[in-house]
Amino acid sequence: MAAHLKKRVYEEFSKVVQQHPHEEVPAKKLRLTKPSKSAALHVDLCKASSPTDALQYLLQFARKPVEADSVEGVVRILLEHYYKETDSSVRLKIASLLGLLSKTQGFTPDCIVDDVINTLNSERSHQVLAQLLDTLLVIGTQVPESLNMRHRLIDVACKHLTDTYFGVRNKCLQLFGCLGSVDKPLPRESEGGGTGMAAKDVQSIISDYFGDQDPRVRTAAIKAMLQLHERGMKLQQIIYNQACKLLSDDYEQVRSAAVQMVWVLSQLYPESIVPIPSSNEKIRLVDDSFGKICHMVSDGSWVVRVQAAKLLGSMQQVSPHFLEQTLDKKLMSDLRRKRTAHERAKELYSSGEFSSGRKWADDAPKEKVDTTAVNLIDSGACGAFVHGLEDEMYEVRIAAVEALCALAQSSPSFAEKCLDFLVDMFNDEIEEVRLQSIHVLRQISTHITLREDQLDTVLAVLEDSSRDIREALHELLCYTNVSTKECIQLALLELLKNLTKYPTDRNSVWKCLKFLGSRHPTLVLPIVPELLSTHPYFDTPEPDMDDPAYIAVLVLVFNAAKSCPTMTALFSDHTFRHYAYLRDSLSHLVPPLRLPGRKLTSAPEASGLASSVESAQNFLKESLTRVCSVQQLDAPGAQSLLEFTIRDLQRLGELQTELAGTADFCATYLHCQLLLMKALQDKLWSVAVPLYLKQNAMVSGAAAQVLEETYKLEFLYSGLESRQIASIHHVRLQAKALQLVLLARTRRGVEPLLSACEKFLHEVDAFQRLFVTELPHFQDSFVDKLLDIMPRLAGSKPADLVKILQTTLRHSCFPQLKLPEQIRRATAAIIEPTGESDNPLRFTSGLVVALDVDATLEHVQDPQTTVKVQVLYPDGQSHVIQPKPADFRKPGPGRHRLITQVYLSHSAWTARIYLPRALSD
Amino acid sequence: MPEIKVTPLGAGQDVGRSCILVSIGGKNIMLDCGMHMGYNDDRRFPDFSYITQNGRLTEFLDCVIISHFHLDHCGALPYMSEMVGYDGPIYMTHPTKAICPILLEDFRKITVDKKGETNFFTSQMIKDCMKKVVPLNLHQTVQVDDELEIKAYYAGHVLGAAMVQIKVGSESVVYTGDYNMTPDRHLGAAWIDKCRPDILISESTYATTIRDSKRCRERDFLKKVHETVERGGKVLIPVFALGRAQELCILLETFWERMNLKAPIYFSTGLTEKANHYYKLFITWTNQKIRKTFVQRNMFEFKHIKAFDRSYADNPGPMVVFATPGMLHAGQSLQIFKKWAGNEKNMIKEDIAAITMYIVIMPGYCVQGTVGHKLLSGQKKLEMEGRTTLEVKLQVEYMSFSAHADAKGIMQLIRMAEPRNVMLVHGEAKKMEFLKDKIEQEFRPLPDPKKPRTMHGTLIMKDSSLRLVSPEQALKELDLNEHQLRFTCRVQLQDPYSDTDTLSRVYNHLKSVLKGYTVQHLPDGTVMVESIVLKVSSSAEDPNTKVVLLSWSYQDEDLGSFLSSLLRKGLPP
Repeated sequence: MAAHLKKRVYEEFSKVVQQHPHEEVPAKKLRLTKPSKSAALHVDLCKASSPTDALQYLLQFARKPVEADSVEGVVRILLEHYYKETDSSVRLKIASLLGLLSKTQGFTPDCIVDDVINTLNSERSHQVLAQLLDTLLVIGTQVPESLNMRHRLIDVACKHLTDTYFGVRNKCLQLFGCLGSVDKPLPRESEGGGTGMAAKDVQSIISDYFGDQDPRVRTAAIKAMLQLHERGMKLQQIIYNQACKLLSDDYEQVRSAAVQMVWVLSQLYPESIVPIPSSNEKIRLVDDSFGKICHMVSDGSWVVRVQAAKLLGSMQQVSPHFLEQTLDKKLMSDLRRKRTAHERAKELYSSGEFSSGRKWADDAPKEKVDTTAVNLIDSGACGAFVHGLEDEMYEVRIAAVEALCALAQSSPSFAEKCLDFLVDMFNDEIEEVRLQSIHVLRQISTHITLREDQLDTVLAVLEDSSRDIREALHELLCYTNVSTKECIQLALLELLKNLTKYPTDRNSVWKCLKFLGSRHPTLVLPIVPELLSTHPYFDTPEPDMDDPAYIAVLVLVFNAAKSCPTMTALFSDHTFRHYAYLRDSLSHLVPPLRLPGRKLTSAPEASGLASSVESAQNFLKESLTRVCSVQQLDAPGAQSLLEFTIRDLQRLGELQTELAGTADFCATYLHCQLLLMKALQDKLWSVAVPLYLKQNAMVSGAAAQVLEETYKLEFLYSGLESRQIASIHHVRLQAKALQLVLLARTRRGVEPLLSACEKFLHEVDAFQRLFVTELPHFQDSFVDKLLDIMPRLAGSKPADLVKILQTTLRHSCFPQLKLPEQIRRATAAIIEPTGESDNPLRFTSGLVVALDVDATLEHVQDPQTTVKVQVLYPDGQSHVIQPKPADFRKPGPGRHRLITQVYLSHSAWTARIYLPRALSD
Repeated sequence: MPEIKVTPLGAGQDVGRSCILVSIGGKNIMLDCGMHMGYNDDRRFPDFSYITQNGRLTEFLDCVIISHFHLDHCGALPYMSEMVGYDGPIYMTHPTKAICPILLEDFRKITVDKKGETNFFTSQMIKDCMKKVVPLNLHQTVQVDDELEIKAYYAGHVLGAAMVQIKVGSESVVYTGDYNMTPDRHLGAAWIDKCRPDILISESTYATTIRDSKRCRERDFLKKVHETVERGGKVLIPVFALGRAQELCILLETFWERMNLKAPIYFSTGLTEKANHYYKLFITWTNQKIRKTFVQRNMFEFKHIKAFDRSYADNPGPMVVFATPGMLHAGQSLQIFKKWAGNEKNMIKEDIAAITMYIVIMPGYCVQGTVGHKLLSGQKKLEMEGRTTLEVKLQVEYMSFSAHADAKGIMQLIRMAEPRNVMLVHGEAKKMEFLKDKIEQEFRPLPDPKKPRTMHGTLIMKDSSLRLVSPEQALKELDLNEHQLRFTCRVQLQDPYSDTDTLSRVYNHLKSVLKGYTVQHLPDGTVMVESIVLKVSSSAEDPNTKVVLLSWSYQDEDLGSFLSSLLRKGLPP
């Protein structure tokens, strides 16, 4: 009997297994569901003589997309071949194709789950198994809402968790991570069969694999756990210890994932208390994990180091005294048993039994601290940032600088302490790191006041030859607080030095001094006589007004004087004259001053800025509602109302820079309305054409202007919503209608009119298509009426059309303008070259000359593609040049800086003047 | 348990003439073969008679490994190989092999040509010695013979410095040589994987120091130089030709570049030019920045640093001069120093790395005698030879640019390698004692043992050697057939139905219990669960007693025994 069985087993069973599922899939049914694609595949696969051929077919097949309705058929074909196939690589490919196909839009993959699970049970190759599980994972993520399916998949994963191949275990864990239910504990199946052992929840099953023999599985287990966390499951605190153990794993991928895990737990349970091993003391979990992650900053693998440094920045609940230890490498004694705060403060920087290596021959062993003391955190953790900042890889250094920034922003005392380290980074060998640390210092500058020696180090960088670095530093100085008048002097001195060395920095230096002055009026006051070189008895020579350095000093002094009224008494006569000059020529740098014997022109600005913005906003709204009533008024009244409103709005824009964009936008829009209104109200419509040639010209001029304005409205402002754009298009449509009417009146002949009419109708059509959703807002307007009679229009003759247009134009009302939150006007200010050129550019004709262009762009969206530089030559020629994407820098939100070189060349002109212009397209 | 024996022939508890003998698994390896700068007699070389009293070196040693090109690690090499006599392989990294002979030749010239010593190795001997050198690559495992293998890791310190792992069978030793855990301007930090050696032999020059951030040092240095140059002063930086000199050059060079400075920087000495050439070539051994940017520009091709000529010292205007030697005891640096000593504007930088190194190599000599040391201890009037005194008006600044790992670095390396034992060499006894305590305190909980892992393999004992191979290979090699082990088992059931009905009842039962397994009812009257075959027959005596025959292979043992126990419980009614 046994012998018979044995023989049978050898001969038969493998074949039987393969045939069995094949019978379930009748070929006929397939042809019914999908005739072409799957049939072709079927034929291809049947033709394939060897596994390599079949693989080739499958690879080719994978490149082409499959429509949703044919997916099922293809899947059947694939499964059929899967059962027949003996080569595991082909089966692998089929399995991966199944996953790919189940991602197809519109295909519900539940129907193939059973098949896949079935094949899973009979599959022998581990790699194919892993791939099948991956397919299940894809299916599971496609149908996230089906609980039943999830449970089935999790059961499958449970069963295969004990596989000997790492890939299978990996995929199972991944399944757990992506599909493991957040609430329900699930029965764990032993490999023996269905009898459930103790019911275990997903987390403990996963955490069992933290100790797997294969590092890849350990990684997958941690990742699965993190995935659970991402899906909103609360991780249990018990895994903290396991995660900490994994931090010292042999493999970097495991450590990297473990660092992430420890961090997640520290964010989940910051306040729970954990014991310190080998002692009976306890500390907060967030502190403990902070120490452990600090430790990882000196890990052997740089990937882990980068990650650890990054995560440190987001651990803001950590206690301050742990934070401070990250900045001193040898705070060994402070890490021991806690002492009184007083003692600790005293010893903070002088302590440690190690020598610093700074002095000659002081490294003789010092007295030992009590060796029975306990380390609160590993000594490897102290000085984490010192290590991070001097790491070999710049990626780690940048991460450390960013982390410092994040921590310093939440802790002013830490900001104070890390200052020296950040300043040291100004000296890094890689410019990116230098720049980043300057930016970071600017971000935390609200928390700190620079001491003289620190300022000195900061200012030393002003000599850097990189323009970005210098400008970043100017920006930093704008926001810096300094402590003494010597600091102001020092800063001024260095900035002037910078100015002489790099004259192109002029604007940036002036701006920097403006802020420096307005921030420290009391510090500037005592040094004013020195700065202006005035003398109590003697008149001093009047300085040269065009000297940039002198202007720099004046900018500093005037801005300080703004909030320090006594300062003006120290000015000499020529200072007042220079003030008047600068106030006009550099009004953005020189503030209005209350000078003795002069009337102050601008209104007092003492009343809170916020309230004035609010009132301005109210005013804006009121004006707009007032304009709505324009329809009820008679023509002259309406016109004058519009005129006044436009004037008001323009003035408002000048006064309130916050609302400038909005006010400007409204004013322009209203101006368009006004123009249209004027054009329509003219008597010209009632009188015969030849008599009113002049009027005709005026109306056509108005129409052209409206057209231009609408383009500006559409493209120059950012923050517009589709409703505003619809309004703008509406106005444009009106202007076009006007042009059409004019054309009909002035031109003879039907031919041009016919095509113009056709074009116009197209445009109306386009409008309707573009702004379907906005149409309800345009009730009773021009376009509304037009669309009502559209079917009639399409068939009518041009003359009739014009007539209809004319009446609709005159009798439709303007749609009300609804303002969005914020409108910003895109502007471009050219800093260099300056408009009035004292020294014209000379170049030999036929050769090329490079011209530096430096411009600030405000509120331009996507400047890399939209901004071009136009050069106008004196003979009227113009070139449009596309700057390189790298020429744009982004100094702040909504702002761009274009620094580029434009090559000029002209063949036959001895040019004197040029006018480059940044165009926003 | 075979033992590992470590015998320091030099630099056990001092610094200089590093030479350590390691006996591991019956193999003898010499680690480094340095000389002591402090002595001019026989004591300057390690005492090879410890070995030679029992026979020739070649017979005793399996190989010699040199960690880097400093003379206290390789200075005695020609003496040992050519004069004492050793013909076996000498291993060192490529840069060490390139630079080492230059230094040896220089050293020979000074001792023989200048000091007039006889009985010293000759140029030819250096050449012959270098012929025995086998170059090593980083992370390359070299089989010295069948059992002994060595592997080099990056050590920082100087160009081409390496740490070596020596492995015989399951035992291993890691020798660090000199290493640096903080990267500098031209070299990266030492790195080793978790190789868990039995012994880690580590240097401990800075056992009691934890250095401040190197950024402070660099900043101070640059600021001082910059200020002096800006005021029109001259800066003299006495350095040794190789090592720190390159770091400082790069530091100044990049600073000059960044700040757009124009003052000239000079470098005196011919030796450096040769060595700089090798620095340019061995880019892979340098740090990230240099490796990444050398395509655009090799950092060692200095733009601002030019060769020094004696006449330049009198030139007006600011300048920075690097001059050898680092301790101001002779040569160009002393000449320049004498010329400038009276001027207050000028300033000297003592490159302390060089000095410490030097002190370390010849204590007594530098500490008491050299101008460098006198300056450091604050003397303002120096007695020069010929009874003249020199008044020192210039500033003396003092900075430490050291390329040895500090206490923290040593701990970090220990944490990286997780050795079972640590042995400290190359340092002072008292400081080592201190560090020893620290290490014991920090690492008392020993690092975890290796994770267990299951492997399938076959141990073949053949031709009096042991080999571990995969089972398939073993079968093939030994020309054996693979045998399959199947278990069969009979289970008796009380079931009053016919055979086929019982079978289908068994089938249904199994199908309901074993969810997730393939259970099939085959037409030939068997049931298959995965690969397990079940068959039902009536027993001869009692038709109601059915015998279920189960057969499974060894691999399915778990499932099989589960099935048999399941069936023993009987079928559900």
